[in-house]
Amino acid sequence: MATVSVRNVWKRYGAQVVLENLRLEVADHEFVTIVGASGCGKSTFLRLLLGTEQPSSGTILIDGQPIRPEPDPARGIVFQRYSLFPHLTAIGNLVLGLEMKRSRLLGRLFGARRQAALREAGQMLEAVGLAAARDRYPAQLSGGMQQRLSIAQAVICGPKILLLDEPFGALDPGITADMHELIRRLWSEHRMTVFMVSHDIRESFQLGTRLLTFDKLRHDAQAPEAYGAGITYDIPLGRPRHYAGA
Amino acid sequence: MRRLINQQPGRPERLALGILPFVLLLGVYVIASQLRLAENPDDKLLPSLASMGERIHEYAFVEDERSGRYLLWSDTAASLKRIGTALAISATAALLLALAIGVIPRVRALLSPLLSTVAMIPPLAVLPILFIVLGLEEAAKIALIVIGVLPCVARDLSLRVAELPQEQLVKAQTLGASTWQLALRVVLPQTLPRLIDALRLSMGSAWLFLIAAEAIASTEGLGYRIFLVRRYLAMDVILPYVVWITLLAVLSDWLLRRLRAHAFSWAEPER
Repeated sequence: MATVSVRNVWKRYGAQVVLENLRLEVADHEFVTIVGASGCGKSTFLRLLLGTEQPSSGTILIDGQPIRPEPDPARGIVFQRYSLFPHLTAIGNLVLGLEMKRSRLLGRLFGARRQAALREAGQMLEAVGLAAARDRYPAQLSGGMQQRLSIAQAVICGPKILLLDEPFGALDPGITADMHELIRRLWSEHRMTVFMVSHDIRESFQLGTRLLTFDKLRHDAQAPEAYGAGITYDIPLGRPRHYAGA
Repeated sequence: MRRLINQQPGRPERLALGILPFVLLLGVYVIASQLRLAENPDDKLLPSLASMGERIHEYAFVEDERSGRYLLWSDTAASLKRIGTALAISATAALLLALAIGVIPRVRALLSPLLSTVAMIPPLAVLPILFIVLGLEEAAKIALIVIGVLPCVARDLSLRVAELPQEQLVKAQTLGASTWQLALRVVLPQTLPRLIDALRLSMGSAWLFLIAAEAIASTEGLGYRIFLVRRYLAMDVILPYVVWITLLAVLSDWLLRRLRAHAFSWAEPER
């Protein structure tokens, strides 16, 4: 269960207004895709949801509660890159989250508890098609495999909300179809509410149950920084038929 | 004919090319030594290899009459103990400092300016203070090396921590990491290979400070011996000692490199 309410959120950097009076209600298990020109505040919006930045005014609620002003396990994130830990193998990257959750002091599990975590991580690795890469380091994986692992790493910790910041932007077009299938499957299996920022409009229409476009609402040629962006289109998409069985 | 930049020597050729300068240097020394000795058999400046061999034998395998010790080995043990202790202290303290500075912004604000300033103090200028405060025994010598090495290593490591992609730190937090867990499981392991690099780079200055401290106040040690026999112009002792110190430094560098490759294979550059 995770509903998200964005109430009159503004984001300013000094005199520059980035987001202007954002209002949004997102139902549980929605797959929200966000598109817009670069610099129109969609990544800022994602950072607000993530908690690495705070609104200048207004509030964001998850299930009616104000969000914590820092990242926490309720909100998983997949960045375009750099979000894997280079010193851990594929399985190590997955187990890390479980170990940190279950062993507050050492962040490490031993014996039977470690075996249980390894089994859990192994299943997740299999689910994202990386069983064969179990003991390889991220640097030894292809870009597509790295993103699969990064998604699995976020999902295994059971976030209520999954944030995707252009997760497929750096990948070959050929493999994005597989990635779409994967993310839709995980989304329906784990009942997360997903926000995905993308620059690919087609992808956004295909994947989402709801599409938002961000753009400036007003424009002042003399002072382009005076007005911020907001949601210009809010398009309900329903569930795309070719993913219905997934 | 291909361009010079595209001509890669094979493995045997690389080896031969690498050894060549050593052989040449040795050859130049032997010839120069023979020329000088032919002119004056008592010349001390460029002793023959044979006389150096005699001295090595004397220092390494003959008990010293006065102390009952084998001087080369007791000197080596004393020096290695000092430099080893100092490097262990420096590495541990630098690592802890760098982690705290790199991970916690308040600690960074508190300690980073201090560290940058302390790193600028010329360690040898502090040596008299160390001798006055800590006495002429081991503590002052170890402290000198630590003062010379620690701030640089700590600074280098804290820069490395700052270089970690922000994405990683955010991701770790979304996986539930506390500050402590983040330091322990994400930052520390990625800092360790850099610690080895930093130690390798500071090995030169560590030896410099060790020999300086031993030269000024000591009763044994490699640096002490060199400066002791300097009074008698005993180049036949000094030169082998310098070669021996160099060998020790090269060996420790090699060991650190092997350790890094073995323990942190993920951090090795792709080949």
